[in-house]
Amino acid sequence: MINTFEVNETNKMIEQENLDVRTITMGISLLDCMDSNIDKVCENIYHKITTKAQDLVSVGEEIEKKFGVPIVNKRISVTPIGFVGSSSCHSTQDFVKIAKALDKAAKATRVNFIGGYTAVVSKGMSPAEKLLIESIPEAMAVTSSVCSSVVVGSTKTGLNMDAIKLCGKIIKDTAELTKEEDSLGCAKLVILCNAPDDNPFMAGAFHGVTEADCIINVGVSGPGVVKKAIEQSRGKDFGELCETIKKTAFKITRVGQLVAQEASKKLDVPFGIIDLSLAPTPAVGDSIAEILEEMGLESVGAPGTTAALAILNDQVKKGGVMASSYVGGLSGAFIPVSEDQAMIDAARAGALTLEKLEAMTCVCSVGLDMIAIPGKTTESTISGIIADEMAIGMINQKTTAVRIIPVIGKDVGEEAVFGGLLGYAPIMKVNEYDCSKFVNRGGRVPAPIHSFKN
Amino acid sequence: MNKAVITVVGKDQVGIIAKVCTFLAKHEMNILDISQTIVQDYFNMMMIVDASKVEETFGNVADELDALGKEIGVNIKLQHENIFNKMHRI
Repeated sequence: MINTFEVNETNKMIEQENLDVRTITMGISLLDCMDSNIDKVCENIYHKITTKAQDLVSVGEEIEKKFGVPIVNKRISVTPIGFVGSSSCHSTQDFVKIAKALDKAAKATRVNFIGGYTAVVSKGMSPAEKLLIESIPEAMAVTSSVCSSVVVGSTKTGLNMDAIKLCGKIIKDTAELTKEEDSLGCAKLVILCNAPDDNPFMAGAFHGVTEADCIINVGVSGPGVVKKAIEQSRGKDFGELCETIKKTAFKITRVGQLVAQEASKKLDVPFGIIDLSLAPTPAVGDSIAEILEEMGLESVGAPGTTAALAILNDQVKKGGVMASSYVGGLSGAFIPVSEDQAMIDAARAGALTLEKLEAMTCVCSVGLDMIAIPGKTTESTISGIIADEMAIGMINQKTTAVRIIPVIGKDVGEEAVFGGLLGYAPIMKVNEYDCSKFVNRGGRVPAPIHSFKN
Repeated sequence: MNKAVITVVGKDQVGIIAKVCTFLAKHEMNILDISQTIVQDYFNMMMIVDASKVEETFGNVADELDALGKEIGVNIKLQHENIFNKMHRI
């Protein structure tokens, strides 16, 4: 039978070390909502989402009570709207109508975010997908819960450089349209390479076409728990450090698995995957950077940071994989700058640069995430940053993403405030040497070779 | 069987166990195991109870226990045992 020590350990993790389940995300297919009439499509979408997800939030709250563990977000991901709107949307305004329908459905079901305002254009863009991408700035400005993503490349297809070029402009336009709120619109927009179909985390969540009609995916968290655990292994060698992280990741993931099974049973929706991610929040003690610093770095960004992150990421996966029967999504450590207090401090102090962050993305779960850059950064520079990050994903067969915010009217030395879990961020310096001739070439980067790995 | 774990933590005083047990009896929750210690005037108790006869929802009972704890001046939590089983047992 369970003993006091174990009960106390679990409750200490929840009460003092910010253990939580970051999100229960319901994936809903909207493929059966397609129609040639845009208003009918919007009506179908609203009806399907509010029917499938009507109990999502209340069931989430019930599970929180039952196990005494917080479930921070309840979210919905839907089939990429680039597909759903393909036969009905003939202008960017038609796509914005769908964005509004999604926003309305999110409000009606009381979820935090709805993801899937997405175009999957890894190799080429259909006219509808191009319209969707062009509608993103307005869609992000007129809705509050809708998250958008554009998949511009993969290891199998190479990179769609036309889309990458367009995304530089779209990010800039989105920033401009939401400049009153420190260009907040860009915090809801992510550019991806090798995007998984079952990611429960925003802003990149969408319900891929390989998925069933409706599923439950769960994202776990708990960087604070890992940090506390490795405090016990100060001064010990890497073997012991890794073992500690692995065991802790196992425990955290088991909570996610339990919540996922319970949610799946109560909602009568099949369980999809657990995303084994360590996701920080701006709260002190809920930070990935603090874990890296606890490993022995003076500040995140110091030499050794990439190695420390690689260790963390790998051990989280090793511990988590055994704790769950189905693992998917992004699975790894997230390094969003604005959502992690110790990252913010390091960026502010100049210890962490954009270039170091790029190196870190080679070994962790996602990419350049929630980074505020000067509003004057050009479209082509943004496209260049995206191309770099997508190339890392393409060559290394991993998911990479770019969620950067050119904060209009602000420059290095100032700060952008996004609020809530999105946090706040110092504006980081961007290399200003020009890459426009490179970006403007257009076309595609061919898929990489899959042997001769060096 | 629907087992739950109750933890009570707070400054020690007369009657904590009595009040918690009265509550449990009223809700037909049978106590299967109790362990209790006092560390530096701090009361620390863990109970495993059988909650299969409880008619109210789990969340409601947890809320009522939380309210009872506030009345006494201690922290009372009710959690389904599965969270501990899952985390600490393979």
